[in-house]
Amino acid sequence: MHVPDGFIDAPVSAVTGVAAAGAVAVSLRGARRELGGTSRSSAAESGGELTAPLAGLVAAFIFAVQMLNFPVAAGTSGHLLGGALAAILVGPHTGILCVSVVLLMQGILFADGGLTALGVNITDMAIVTTVVAYAVFRGLVKVLPRTRRSVTAASFVAALLSVPAAALAFTLLYAIGGTTDIALGKVATAMVGVHVLIGVGEAAITALTVGAVIAVRPDLVYGARGLQQKLKLRVNGELVDVPEAEPAPVAARSHRKLWITGLVTSLVLAGVVSFYASSNPDGLEKVAADKGIDKKAEEHANADSPLADYGVKDIEDARLSGGLAGVIGVGVTVVAGSTVFWAVRRRRTNDTSPAGTGV
Amino acid sequence: MGSVTASLEVSGLAFAYPDGHQALFGVDFAVARGERVALLGPNGAGKTTLVLHLNGILTGGTGTVKVAGLPVGKQHMAEIRRKVGIVFQDPDDQLFMPTVREDVAFGPAAAGLRGPQLEERVDQALERVGMAEFKDRPPHHLSFGQRRRVAVATVLAMEPEILVLDEPSSNLDPASRRELADILRSLDVTVLMVTHDLPYALELCPRALILSEGTIAADGGTGELLSDDTLMRAHRLELPFGFDPRSVTAVTTPR
Amino acid sequence: MGAGHAHRLYRHGHSPVHTLPPHTKLAAAFAFVVVVVSTPREAMWAFGLYAVLLAGVAYAARVPAGFLLKRLLIEVPFVAFAVLMPFVAEGERVDVLGMSLSVSGLWGAWNVLAKGTLGVAASVLLASTTELRELLLGLQRLKLPPLLVQIASFMIRYGDVIADEMRRMRIARESRGFEARGLKHWGVLAKSAGALFIRSYERGERVHLAMVSRGYAGSMPVIDEVTADRAQWSYALALPFAALVVCVLGWAL
Repeated sequence: MHVPDGFIDAPVSAVTGVAAAGAVAVSLRGARRELGGTSRSSAAESGGELTAPLAGLVAAFIFAVQMLNFPVAAGTSGHLLGGALAAILVGPHTGILCVSVVLLMQGILFADGGLTALGVNITDMAIVTTVVAYAVFRGLVKVLPRTRRSVTAASFVAALLSVPAAALAFTLLYAIGGTTDIALGKVATAMVGVHVLIGVGEAAITALTVGAVIAVRPDLVYGARGLQQKLKLRVNGELVDVPEAEPAPVAARSHRKLWITGLVTSLVLAGVVSFYASSNPDGLEKVAADKGIDKKAEEHANADSPLADYGVKDIEDARLSGGLAGVIGVGVTVVAGSTVFWAVRRRRTNDTSPAGTGV
Repeated sequence: MGSVTASLEVSGLAFAYPDGHQALFGVDFAVARGERVALLGPNGAGKTTLVLHLNGILTGGTGTVKVAGLPVGKQHMAEIRRKVGIVFQDPDDQLFMPTVREDVAFGPAAAGLRGPQLEERVDQALERVGMAEFKDRPPHHLSFGQRRRVAVATVLAMEPEILVLDEPSSNLDPASRRELADILRSLDVTVLMVTHDLPYALELCPRALILSEGTIAADGGTGELLSDDTLMRAHRLELPFGFDPRSVTAVTTPR
Repeated sequence: MGAGHAHRLYRHGHSPVHTLPPHTKLAAAFAFVVVVVSTPREAMWAFGLYAVLLAGVAYAARVPAGFLLKRLLIEVPFVAFAVLMPFVAEGERVDVLGMSLSVSGLWGAWNVLAKGTLGVAASVLLASTTELRELLLGLQRLKLPPLLVQIASFMIRYGDVIADEMRRMRIARESRGFEARGLKHWGVLAKSAGALFIRSYERGERVHLAMVSRGYAGSMPVIDEVTADRAQWSYALALPFAALVVCVLGWAL
């Protein structure tokens, strides 16, 4: 998924570059807050000093974990992207920083991903995966009962969604700044189709990893800190495992209601918007063309409308170019991609790994 | 002990972690300038907690720590951290810079040294541990023993008042162990060596302290302490098989 | 994600390109790629000239062609994508060898292949002539936020340490007869990853202690400064300037 130079045109590369720089700047501030609250760091030492060594080590961890192959089926294997894992373990800001640094170093040291495409790559793989994963994760943790199993389940869903979300974001960038006019429906279907599969692997490993960390040092899981603090207070007070006290669930339920309402509303909205859009394809098409830059700015704030957008284009393009061609194109892309990967990986040594991405 | 020239004075030090676990219950001792002292104790005795108090990484309990007469506290922190050189157990934690030279330069540079003076300081420190020719290597290309020696150099470059070593002989092969002992013996600084390695303590330190359950349980000549079977057993300290401290006479005296 | 992360691209040498200050090289490589990307794809000859320029740099840097070409393999997944473009793209079609291909798809494929390949080649040349540490110094000099440079430098320093830990865990797994073969073994791998995270994080905490013990208070002391004089800058920027001339001609012609 590392985009090379020339894949996305210069203006979009520049705009994503600026967006990426902005997000990294915000994360640099946010990370100081996130990295100060584990049980073993004293209050006096928290703050900026801890950021560099901890974020650096987490980046090294992500870097190493991307080399960890997990077998998918006979002979093929994938590897983690790590955005969701980083967001859940160390928080969204630090997660963005770590994945961005990994991408930067891969671009400069290993020519993996183009230098001018760095903005695209960071926006796509560091920002979108991390933000989507963390938003989904927090939402689910609020809705689900306060147990460790919920955290693991939420991690699964968060990671599962984060990968196709990144694929969608890529498609969106491609729609605005792609250098070839391939039917967007095909790009979207190919990208999302392949990445849903990758997402399953990402989700399983992420959830299991988060579960393993929670079992040993729950205080290190940033996303579960709220959960942990509650448990700890009670245990410290009585030294007994107090069953669910009365006030907490009440508070939790009211939050839960809020979150459920939010989720349902956004789902309904997504449905209505896509319905409206599908009856009015030309209008949307025009908006996409005229206001390319506006849409770009919205892309992570407003995850529903791009989804609707692609649904529409898919149908429309399928009508125009014939559904069959699309399906064949997608199929060939997937097969060719995986074959090439398989062949290339075969030739390489064990300690290294090619991407699990097909496109 | 406790004289005006003491490099290190610890009195009444007690400390509990934020989670409620209390590790130190009133520690008192002093180390005179130029002395080499071993701090012995079983696992969980509070050795690491004590070490982290010496340069003010942990604070907030009761009692005082003074380094060369200077109380460890917020107002002198930079000075204290320059005076107390801690060599941590895992050299990989200590050597965090891309090259040996930069790592050794880190401490003095943080204290404001620049240019040729900095270079000179780095060269001297590396010279003293016999690692001068590895100056431009990345640390992970060195052997474990070499990394440990560079870790000592990173601290020596700060010209500390007192050198604190946490398990200096762990994971070293016999040759590296001897080389490190030679280096430590050649140094002209106060040394506090935290260790499980009783023969190593006997070889290097004329005096030893036993830290047990958060207090100093014994303070005396290393040879005498190690020969006291009851004391040793009471604090879970065991000599290696076949080692008899009474038969070893090569304990060096402090200058 | 490419192979060879454990093996750096750097090739030791003393060529004129090696000795250039790192930030001038970074700036030159970046500017070159920007120019290449903004060249119109119809000017095919321009890309040929770019390739010649890069070959000139490779010659000056004494980087063998085989080494450079092998590293270009990292682009393979996108080549596969490019090859498909003529088949799936929209617009008017031409018949080539009995296949109906899209004209814009053909241009698109050419565009991605040419620009992508030149971009990778430029990055490879940069990485193979500049040491890791120098790259970090260069990034610092180019005013990347210091915290980001610090994070990158810790990542580089501990990447190998953690990869080694991971390798040891794998050996430990395998010595006990475990071999990751299918879905049911994901749990074991994930437990390793979890353990690895805890180790990494705790090491981060210990590194922080070691830094604080040596007087760290949030910013790295400046130990090395890289500087470049006018001659070095002009030498490094010769590449993007030559490319810019080609690019302008490409638009004009």
